[in-house]
Order: sequence, then C-alpha cells, then structure tokens
Amino acid sequence: MDHGNAGASGAGVSPTFAVVQQIAAGVFGVAESDISPESSPQTVERWDSVQQIYLVLALEERFGVQLALEDIEELKSLGDIAKAIDKKL
Amino acid sequence: MTHRDSIDKLLEHGKLAEAFQTLADAWNREPSLNAAQYVIAKYERHRAELDLVTCRLAILRSVTVEPLVPLLRAAAYVNGIDLDVRVSDFDTYATEMLDPGSALYEFQPRVVLLALNTASVAPPLWAPSDDSESGLRAVADDTVARLTSLIQAFRNNSQADLIFHLLDSPDLTTRGSLESHADFGQRAAIESVNERLAAVARGMRGVHPLDYDALVARHGRRDWFDEGKWEQFRLPATAPNLRHIVDEWLRFIHPVIGAVVKVAVVDLDDTLWKGIVGEDGFARLKMGADPPGTPYRALQRALLALRERGVVLAVSSKNDEADALEVLEKHPDMLVRPAHFAAMRINWESKAENIRSIAGELNIGLDAIAFIDDNPVERAEVRAMLPQVRVLDLPPDPSKFARIVLENPFFQRVAPASVEDRQRTQFYKEQAQRATILASVGSKEEFYRSLGQVADIAAANDLTLGRVAQLTLKTNQFNLTTRRYSEADVARFMSDPKRKLLTIKVSDRLGDNGIVGAAITEDDGDACRLDTFLLSCRVIGRGIETAFIAYIADQARLRGKSRLVGMFCPTAKNELAKHFYEDHGFRRIADDADGSLWELGLATSDLKAPEWITVTPAPAVPA
Repeated sequence: MDHGNAGASGAGVSPTFAVVQQIAAGVFGVAESDISPESSPQTVERWDSVQQIYLVLALEERFGVQLALEDIEELKSLGDIAKAIDKKL
Repeated sequence: MTHRDSIDKLLEHGKLAEAFQTLADAWNREPSLNAAQYVIAKYERHRAELDLVTCRLAILRSVTVEPLVPLLRAAAYVNGIDLDVRVSDFDTYATEMLDPGSALYEFQPRVVLLALNTASVAPPLWAPSDDSESGLRAVADDTVARLTSLIQAFRNNSQADLIFHLLDSPDLTTRGSLESHADFGQRAAIESVNERLAAVARGMRGVHPLDYDALVARHGRRDWFDEGKWEQFRLPATAPNLRHIVDEWLRFIHPVIGAVVKVAVVDLDDTLWKGIVGEDGFARLKMGADPPGTPYRALQRALLALRERGVVLAVSSKNDEADALEVLEKHPDMLVRPAHFAAMRINWESKAENIRSIAGELNIGLDAIAFIDDNPVERAEVRAMLPQVRVLDLPPDPSKFARIVLENPFFQRVAPASVEDRQRTQFYKEQAQRATILASVGSKEEFYRSLGQVADIAAANDLTLGRVAQLTLKTNQFNLTTRRYSEADVARFMSDPKRKLLTIKVSDRLGDNGIVGAAITEDDGDACRLDTFLLSCRVIGRGIETAFIAYIADQARLRGKSRLVGMFCPTAKNELAKHFYEDHGFRRIADDADGSLWELGLATSDLKAPEWITVTPAPAVPA
C-alpha cells in the first residue's frame, strides 16, 4: 500500500480523490464504493448536465478552488477531476 | 456541516425545538449546497410537527437556477417557510407567461419569480456589437416592450405576486474610459430599461422589481460572475454568490407572503449606545457622529428606517428606569426618543418576561416580534424561553449591527407603509391608556360606554384595497378563515358584483384606530357567504365584531338574502375567534376537513350592534 502518494494510480487512492469520492457519492446519491477514479458520465446513471453543475459547485465549495472552463471540459472521469484539483491546491 | 450527530440525537429524544435551533445555527454558519440537502431532508421529515408557512413558488428563468433551489428551500425552511418550488424549462418564460393554459398557471403559484440577467435577456446590451446611441436605444426599447408585454400578460392571467429581476450592468463596457462621453452609452441604456420596467411595475398590483444590479454591485461586480461557468452552464454567479441571490429573493418572498415581524424589541446598553448607563453614567455614553459612537448611531438610524416601513419599536432593558429614561429623553446625541417606542420595559425582570409582557400590552403574537440585543446570554435566554421570537444574531463587532437589521428578511416590506402602519405606535399607546381606564372603571360595559366608539363601515375602494390585502396577510388571531389575499386578488374581488368587500374603521375618544378589520362576502342564491371576516386584535372584546357582523347581516337582508353562511377554519393561532359564530346566534350545520360551517337565518335573527357603538353609515331601514 502506498503512503500519502498523492495522485498515485492503481491500488493507492489520493487523499484528494477520497474527498472527491465522498462528495460525488453524495451528489449522485450512490454508495462511495460505487464511485471509482474511472467513474464518468457514461458509467454513473445520474450524472447528467444538472448533476454536473452540482458536482462542480460542491467540489469548489469543499476545496475552495475555482475550476476553469478548460478543467470542466476535460473532466472525463472523477480521477481526472481529482488531479485537476490537486494542481490547484 | 457540523453538529449532525447532535441534531440526530436531539431528534431521537424528541427535543424538536432544540434540534431545529441547532440545525438553523449550523446552517447559518455554513450555508453550503451540501448543508442545504441535509437541512431540507430534516425539515421534510418533520414538517408536520413544525409550524411552517407553506408557499407555492414558480421560478421562470433565462439562467441556471438548479443549484439555487436547494439553497433557497433550506434558507426558507430555517425561517419557517415551506416552499413548494416548480422550476420552468430553460427560456420558456415568455410562452409560459403568455399562454393562459400554461403549466405555470396550472401550478397555481402564490409567488412567481422571474430570474433573468442582461447577458441572457438582452445580449446586445451586455456585449454590444453596435454601441452607437441609436443602436443601444433600439435594443433598450425592444427589451422594455418585450418584458412589459410579458408582465402585463402575467398580470391578466394570474393572481400570484411576481418578483422579477431588473437588468445588471457588466463590469467592463465596450467604451471603457469613454463610457461617460456618450449621451446614451451601454450603462445608460441598461439604466433606462430598468427605470422604465420599474415604472411599469409601479402601475400594477403585486409586481415587484428586484434591483439585480444593486445586488451584484453590493457583492462586487468583478467577482460576481465566472465567464467560464456562464458559457458552460449558464450559471448566473460564482458558487459563493449563489447564497446572496437566494437571500435577496427571500427579502421579497417574506413580505409578499406576510412572513414578517411587526415589532422590534431592542436592548439599550451597548446596543443603542456604547456603555452601560448604570456603570459609566450619562456623560460617558457614546452614540454620536464620531467613533466610537458611530455604530450605535447607525443602528438607531436603521431602527428609525424600520419604523418608516411600519415596524413598531419597543424597548427591553435591564436598568434603573429613571437612568435609562434620562438618556432616551435628554442625551443630545440620541436619534431615537421615547416617543418612537410603543412600549418600554426598563426594569430588572428577565428579557423573556418583558417580551411576553410587551406582546400582551400590544396584543400581538410572540412570532410577530424580533429581539435585538448585543448580549449573547440574553439572546440565548430569549431563544430558549420564547422560541417563537425572532432573535437576531448580532456579531461582536458593533459596526455590523445596523447591517444585520437592515438585511433581515423579516423586516422587509413590498408595499409602502399604510397610514395605519405609520400611526401604529400611537395606536398602541392609546391601547395602553384604554387598559388603564378599564382598570379604573367598575364594569366592562361602563368602560365601553366611556370610550364613545364610532365604527365607520365602508365598501373597499382603490385607496383601502392595499390595507385589505395587508390585513388578510397579517391577521392571525381574530380571523375566521385565514385566507391570504394579494392586492391583485382583492382588486379582482372588487370587480365581481357578487362579492362585497367591507372595511371597518374604529375611533374613540382616545384616538383613531384606522382600518382595523375587513370582510369579504359572496352572494350565492339565497345565501350570503362569508369568505373572510377578520379584525385586528387591538379592537377585540369591545363589541366591534358584533357591530361588524350585524351590519353585514343587515346588508345581506336588504339584498334579499335569507341566510348568512360562514366557515370557521381553525389554525394554530385563531383560537380567539373560535366561539364567534356561536356567540352571535349562528347554527353549526356541517363539519369538514377544513373546519366547521355555520349558518344564521336572517329572517329570525335579531343581531344588532351594541348600543354603545355608533355605526356609520347608520344601518339602512327597508322601506
């Protein structure tokens, strides 16, 4: 198991992703175990355009960052989102 | 959101009031989207046990409001309002307003909110490609014409109140530093649209323009908006600013539905002035135009502004009365004086006790009172003892006091103060004198006779229509049906020949109470149906209610009706009116889910005004 290896792939989960996972589970109304770094609009049923707004706002609220237009367009999966946030922290 | 565990625990133990107070405090500390979902879930689960005002709200929009809705519902719940919200599809506001059969009107909203911004509703004003005077004028005229026709259609199609955003100005204009060189530049064009739309609204009932540009400016124009999220999501503001939009909406929704307080009870020491009169002494108190008196002066000015809106002021202070009165009467820097207060309790009783006593003297419910005190211990005591009272959370920094008062949605009004509102302090003082006389004379009847009361009953007209709507919105205690009507509703009733709208004005030798009651009836075959019958508590118990119903019965008889029929719809607050029908000879003929139905046979009834009340105009006698 990795220790504190932020942004690690594979079995290790970055602390940022752990928070993203928790927030996404709340926004989409699913269990945290159903959310993985690969989760995307294609794999999460309730991830539509309105839920996307909620997700972005909830993340901004939690991390105190502003996600730019480019970030949002590139958000292909929750793992990508966590990486984009890490770059701003 | 913190405290979730303790809230759940309190709920488990059935400590409802404490749980929801903790929830409200947690929400006020952290009004986030995440917290909103939690607040909504708790209120939805317990709404039946809580005394909430319900309101159907339709939101029409040209911007994304989805993230605003949970924030709005949570903030409204915490203020005791259960909002049933319907959001229309994107940019369908025009068709929804124009089509009388639209889903908007089918929803039968009490309040409609039209959420717009300049970027979506008038893009050529937001980012002009033609910023010549003629180009801007053409767009401005077109925008005014378009929105005016929608508002007019809405007014014809619905009785609901309409709150609509005026236009906002961008932070940068195309002309930049040359902006003021143009006779009619971009900002001037936007201002001209706003002025004209506000004028349209002033000419209609129940249409309330919201100065969206002032809201944006208040919170910083440059950081209000995030271009990226506007382009991507049509989100009208950045995440932290969403809460400010919601708060501004509530400042309109509260007064529109009558969720306001009537009386502000204020502390004196370290609230109205800096210092403690009993310790520092008269000469060392500060409330002048120089620091450190300025914040206290600002609060005094804010209180006088509330008074202009029709809010009644009262004092509760722990002091020796003579000391505090000397400051109120004689200190040269004081702006508020004893004459501004309808009631004063300057003594060593608890504040809760004093507030209860003020409520009794002014004859108003505890939920119509707000409490303003710098001392967190006093506030906590009042909160615990009198949970219905709205306790304002003053921060330790006194320079924020005035702002907290002026921002509070419970102190907002959407109609200018009526003549009755302006005179209310005087009414309450006369009321106190009446109570003193009652205590000194032998019998109640003797007291009534000594008052020399005159009841002036008249059909509602354009001048009194606003007061009728206000009474239906604000009267909780002596109100048989508690049906709430907007000015637009009242105006519609007035044009219906089957309906009669009456107002009753009461004066006596101590003063003029103004319009203190209203009734709405509807003729239906051989019956006259009482839709609304209400009186301000100030005049209850002096025979006025009998004079009023007797007049209505006489008039119905003159119109050939044989029965007077009315409902009693019980609420948490109208116990006072419970026995009204029975006491006036009505017979209970049916019960249903809403209440009981009562009837008076007009042929046999001998209902008449008490002899100690002079009714004008004198009842007509059939020829």
